[in-house]
Amino acid sequence: MIQSLLEGILMGGVYALAALGVSLIFGVMKITNFAHGALTMIGMYVTYEICNRLGVVPYVALPLTTVVMFFIGYIIQQGLINPIITAPSHNQLLLTLGISIILENMALAIWTPNYKSITVPGFDKALNVAGISINKPKVVAFIFVVVVTSIIYVILTRTDLGRAIRATSMESEGASLVGIRIKNINSIAFAIGVACAGIAGTLLTPILYISPSIGNTLLLKCFVISVLGGLGNIWGALLAGLIIGVVESTSGFMLGGTWSEMVIYAIFILTLFMKPTGLFGRRVSRG
Amino acid sequence: MADKVIKKGIINILVAVIALLILLSPLVADDYLLGVLITILTSAYLAQCWNLMSGYAGQFSFGHAAFFGLGAYTSSLLYVDFGISPILGMFAGAAVAAVVGLIIGFLSFRYKLKGDYFALATLAFAEILRVLFNNTPALKAAVGITIPYVDNWKVFQFGDRKIYFYTAFVMVAGITYFLYRMQKTKMGLYFIAIRENEDAGNALGIDTFKYKLIALTLSAVLTALAGTFYAQYYLFIDPSIVFNSTISVGAIAPCIIGGVGTILGPVLGAFILTPISELTNTYFASFSGMNMVIYGAILISVIIFLPNGVMGIFNKNKSKRKLNLNIKLKSNLKQIQ
Repeated sequence: MIQSLLEGILMGGVYALAALGVSLIFGVMKITNFAHGALTMIGMYVTYEICNRLGVVPYVALPLTTVVMFFIGYIIQQGLINPIITAPSHNQLLLTLGISIILENMALAIWTPNYKSITVPGFDKALNVAGISINKPKVVAFIFVVVVTSIIYVILTRTDLGRAIRATSMESEGASLVGIRIKNINSIAFAIGVACAGIAGTLLTPILYISPSIGNTLLLKCFVISVLGGLGNIWGALLAGLIIGVVESTSGFMLGGTWSEMVIYAIFILTLFMKPTGLFGRRVSRG
Repeated sequence: MADKVIKKGIINILVAVIALLILLSPLVADDYLLGVLITILTSAYLAQCWNLMSGYAGQFSFGHAAFFGLGAYTSSLLYVDFGISPILGMFAGAAVAAVVGLIIGFLSFRYKLKGDYFALATLAFAEILRVLFNNTPALKAAVGITIPYVDNWKVFQFGDRKIYFYTAFVMVAGITYFLYRMQKTKMGLYFIAIRENEDAGNALGIDTFKYKLIALTLSAVLTALAGTFYAQYYLFIDPSIVFNSTISVGAIAPCIIGGVGTILGPVLGAFILTPISELTNTYFASFSGMNMVIYGAILISVIIFLPNGVMGIFNKNKSKRKLNLNIKLKSNLKQIQ
């Protein structure tokens, strides 16, 4: 029981990092990014390729993956999302879905549907602390999550770039009036969001098998977490990630694996009904 | 004015001629082509169902797989377990979908879910149903249902594919005619008012809650019929097929390609999209995934370059006005927030 609780917290952290991207992108552009799961999957494959080509462990590949994913995100935003930034929201949603379909099937064409995995030497054995055995990659992943989230928090609160991003997400017209270039900010925010997905992907490579369809399961978790944490809210996403991680592992422990999915969806629907602004959200402005 | 009448007459004749050609096509089509035509028609039908609720009434659903799956499962379970003919089961499925649709709609609209939030909620409901059917032994769990082949019209099975084709044709023609008529009724106009500006509609005294619920339930009922048709045509269903989000996407994509909220758009979209994906499927048979990449690329290019779908080309002035209205609405909403 304690073990599943702990595993839940550790995994929840990684989900939270991926969800952070969804949250950030929605906060700035008001777009629900259906490509986020697929981008996480691409992050996993990028890590896989780097590890195989250079013979390094995923954690060493992390900076390179982050940069690659940042650019992928930047290009996608510039080329595909900017043209439809004022389009009705169902077109935006469908566009990101189209991107997701393309990425998933490109991965299928390039890497085949066969499962791939990376083992980190010395990490295959579980860590034993006081009778509880914990998977080492999960612990390392969690540490990275805390570090990365802190970095993003500092960027968002302490730098000019971060202030511009937050201003855009609060009031994009006002931000453009005071001289913020909304287009640039949108691209950078999207790129950071995709980089988050990429980092989460890297951290997941030693934990999960890589396959082109893995994005789908991750995508729904990202949505649940980002809505529960409040779209646009970083610490909310982190906390919500931990909650979902714990709920998943404990309900999986008590009810069996597949039913835990249902518990998570139920939480999702209840959140949408009761408090669509999330745990720390302000009162809903239902206009 | 006279110009408009002539234009309308030409369009009507054109539609009638094309419909006639499609109707006569089984006379020359081989089995493969007939199969493709049936796929096109079912996809057009599903897209019209989605169009009713999301195109006309503006409630963007991402969970039509829920109703499709319920239709397929209800009729198939009744047939396999109780020997009740799917012809009756079809209506039972529609009833089940109606109830579930009412529940989803009541809760979502009661809590005033809109736009992306509503889409996510419908997606979550469809996923819940998928997990439920996947894990409940009484509902055959993940094994799915294989419907025994008996070739008897009394149990909605036809040895000849042509009859499936004509059934699908009648379904598409029926729902298209229904939408055509609905446009001019009070209900249809209310739907459009809700789509364009719900608050204004409310202020003018439209019971928007009620009409949104009607749109969703109607769409759910019609989608369930497609589920039964699918089950009886392929004779095999399982949760990962009929409750899959690809069904939901399959209902949306032709509509977006053809033109959301237009009468002929979804049909046109299906006639564009399905042949392309069939062709790429055979052409890239050895290169799995490529056909879906092209599918996604088409979807993206249409959204970027033809935001009002292919139908948008024909009524350009109208669509321009609508786009402006949309932008205006959006900026107004942003200001309010």
